[in-house]
Amino acid sequence: MTVISSQKDAENLTLTIVAEFDATPEHVWEVWEDPRKLERWWGPPTFPATFTRHDFVVGGESRYFMTGPEGETPRGWWRIDAIDRPRRLDFANGLAGDDGGPVPGVEPTSAYMTLEAVGSGTRMTTVTRFVDVEQMELLLGMGMQEGMAQAIGQVDSLLSPSRSRA
Amino acid sequence: MVVDCALTEQDVDRIFQALADQTRRDILRRAIQGGESVSVLSHHYEMSFAAVQKHVAVLERAALVTKERRGREQIVHTQRATLRRAMTLLDAYEQLWMQRIDQITDILTITEGEPT
Repeated sequence: MTVISSQKDAENLTLTIVAEFDATPEHVWEVWEDPRKLERWWGPPTFPATFTRHDFVVGGESRYFMTGPEGETPRGWWRIDAIDRPRRLDFANGLAGDDGGPVPGVEPTSAYMTLEAVGSGTRMTTVTRFVDVEQMELLLGMGMQEGMAQAIGQVDSLLSPSRSRA
Repeated sequence: MVVDCALTEQDVDRIFQALADQTRRDILRRAIQGGESVSVLSHHYEMSFAAVQKHVAVLERAALVTKERRGREQIVHTQRATLRRAMTLLDAYEQLWMQRIDQITDILTITEGEPT
C-alpha cells in the first residue's frame, strides 16, 4: 500500500511529497543508492533514465540522461550534499550539457529525502526546493511534457468542481 | 485537450510575483465568478481604493485578470487560463513524483524479501 500526500507551496516554490511503502527503510534506501534501481524510477515511464555515474558519497556527483520517445536524451546531474544511511539524503539536481556536466548559470534544485520506519513499512518524504520559476521551466523541459498534460487535466477538475475527476 | 503552454520566462515571473500576495490571491477568488468591480473589491480590504487598484494592475500585467469598463465602474475578471498555466508548473512536478512513487513501489514489490 502506498499512501501519498503532497503539498505545493507556490510562494516558496517548494514541493513536498510523502509516500509510504511496505518495505524496510534499508530496502527503500537501496532504490536511491543502487544506480541500477535508481534508473528504474527516476525518469518518467516515457523518459527512462540511465545513470552513467553515481558517486554515492558526500560531495560525490552523478551523471544521467533520459531517453525520450523521439530519441532525445536530456541530461542531468546530481551532487550529494549529505548522507545519513538509511535516514536522510540531501542532494542538488541540475540540468547538464552535452558533456554531462552542469550547465553554467543554471542553478540546481535542492532535494531533501528522509526515511522513517512506520510500523512494518517506511515513510518517505521528499522536499524539492526550486530557486525560481525560470529554473522550474528549464527543468520541466527535460521531457516532462507528459506529466504536464496530465497535470493540466487535474487542474481543470479543480477549477470546475462539477467535472468529475479522471 | 490541447493547451498552449508557451509562456516566456518573463511571463511566468510576473505570474508568480502576482500570486505571491494574499490580497491579490483573494482578488482572484472574488473575481472568478462573473467579475467584480474595483470599488466593491476595495470594501473587503483595509486599504485605500488606490492601493487596491495597484494590486489589480499587478494582476493585469501578469494577465491574471482583465478589466472591463462598465459605465463608471471598472469590472475585474479573473483569467482562468493564465491561473491554470501557473498552477501547471508545480502540478507537473507533483505528477512526476507520483510516477516515481509508483515505480519505486513496483521495484520494492519485486525485490522485497530478496537479499540485496
